[in-house]
Amino acid sequence: MNHVELAIIGAGPAGLSAAIEAASVGVQTIVFDENQQAGGQLFKQIHKFFGSRAHQAGARGIDIGKNLLGQVAASGAEIKLDTVVWGIFEGNKVGVVTNGRNVICKADRILLATGASENVLAFPGWTLPGVMGAGAIQTMVNVHRVLPGKRVLMIGSGNVGLIVSYQLLQAGAEVVALVEAMDRIGGYAVHASKIKRAGTPILIRHTIKEAVGNGKVEQATIVQLNDNGNVIEGTERTLDVDVICMACGLSPLAELAWLAGCRFTDVAPLGGLLPVHDDNMQTSLPGMYVAGDIAGIEEASTAIEEGRLAGIAIAESLGYLTTTDATVKKQAVNDRSEQLRDGPFGITRREAKETLIRRSLET
Amino acid sequence: MRITQHPILGKRDKQQYVKIICDGQPIEAIAGEPIAAALMAAGKTIFRYTRKKKDPRGVFCAIGQCTECMMTVDGIPNVRTCITPVQDGMNVQTQHGLGQVKANP
Repeated sequence: MNHVELAIIGAGPAGLSAAIEAASVGVQTIVFDENQQAGGQLFKQIHKFFGSRAHQAGARGIDIGKNLLGQVAASGAEIKLDTVVWGIFEGNKVGVVTNGRNVICKADRILLATGASENVLAFPGWTLPGVMGAGAIQTMVNVHRVLPGKRVLMIGSGNVGLIVSYQLLQAGAEVVALVEAMDRIGGYAVHASKIKRAGTPILIRHTIKEAVGNGKVEQATIVQLNDNGNVIEGTERTLDVDVICMACGLSPLAELAWLAGCRFTDVAPLGGLLPVHDDNMQTSLPGMYVAGDIAGIEEASTAIEEGRLAGIAIAESLGYLTTTDATVKKQAVNDRSEQLRDGPFGITRREAKETLIRRSLET
Repeated sequence: MRITQHPILGKRDKQQYVKIICDGQPIEAIAGEPIAAALMAAGKTIFRYTRKKKDPRGVFCAIGQCTECMMTVDGIPNVRTCITPVQDGMNVQTQHGLGQVKANP
């Protein structure tokens, strides 16, 4: 493990897809992941993927995850779980802790596919037990099959907030209300309709004011906001809840890219500060690539395509694919990505992605 | 509270159970699940108290990132219970402050 052709950091949809593309044409590939299971967040996604005309619509995340793991096994890539990458040093050296041992692994190419972390909202009482991230709820409910509570207040109406609300309902909890600070629902109407039909009110221009309870969440006070986003006094309402779930968006998990010295730029629609990358997913540092949420917050399906693109480009750069073969493969990926970044929700992301790629050319 | 019936996931396969001890009380856990899942299923909400203000904390991220769910496990403090699998006979304690590190736990 002291030398590898391709080191991929993160075994989520992007990392696994890159591994499949690269290893299947002969690139010696290791995927590092700190978790005990590969697949990233896919195994928490029990809903059907859709919102795009591209492939995999209709499949559940858990099944997409199983499928990717099968393809990785067939590709010859190695996955090292329970393995933390803690640093990246000059000369593409990767600092890895595995089996309690520190190893420096020199990699000809590095792909950062570290994903994202959840944004949180700080309000009085937000540290009380019972206030949880949407990812935590999904982990507990969909993976471990444990309900963290009976009565839930959901914060945030993006697709995550809507889908997790529905998953809580499916698991037998009551979602008392969903509050959204914006003047509109953030996610797809079809997800919102499902939870509205189940009786959960979606309150736009509302937010949480505080959570109270003795040792755990017992009540939440919500409040209405005016068009400037300020609290309208006198509109407070108190709800009896034992769980407050935050679904306030994601931010790229880009620490390793910062450490390595990648050039960053601010592209708000993709989640803020991001390492710039070119149309091969290569960052400002030669030999270092990004894919998935670290390259802009999107969806698992786009992460899969970006991972594939990076895997193909890396294989080409190492001489495992001819330029002609690589061009054909990349075109197929780009066509699918374009379909995914379509429609009223996708077009903003497509334009933002084009901005990000354009900025990689600036010096 | 455990979810026994699920419209998408269906019924659970037959599970193997183990026993862990939490603050002196025996708790039934499913082999292989994280400590935090077993405790949450048993209704435990407070996993630790902070050092200065003694504020209660519980599970927040459930993927080993935030360290809110740290407890003392078999004498070792600051164990992230959300990513540490249960083992039969494990002794789990609510942690106060930073916990005490012993030379030979």
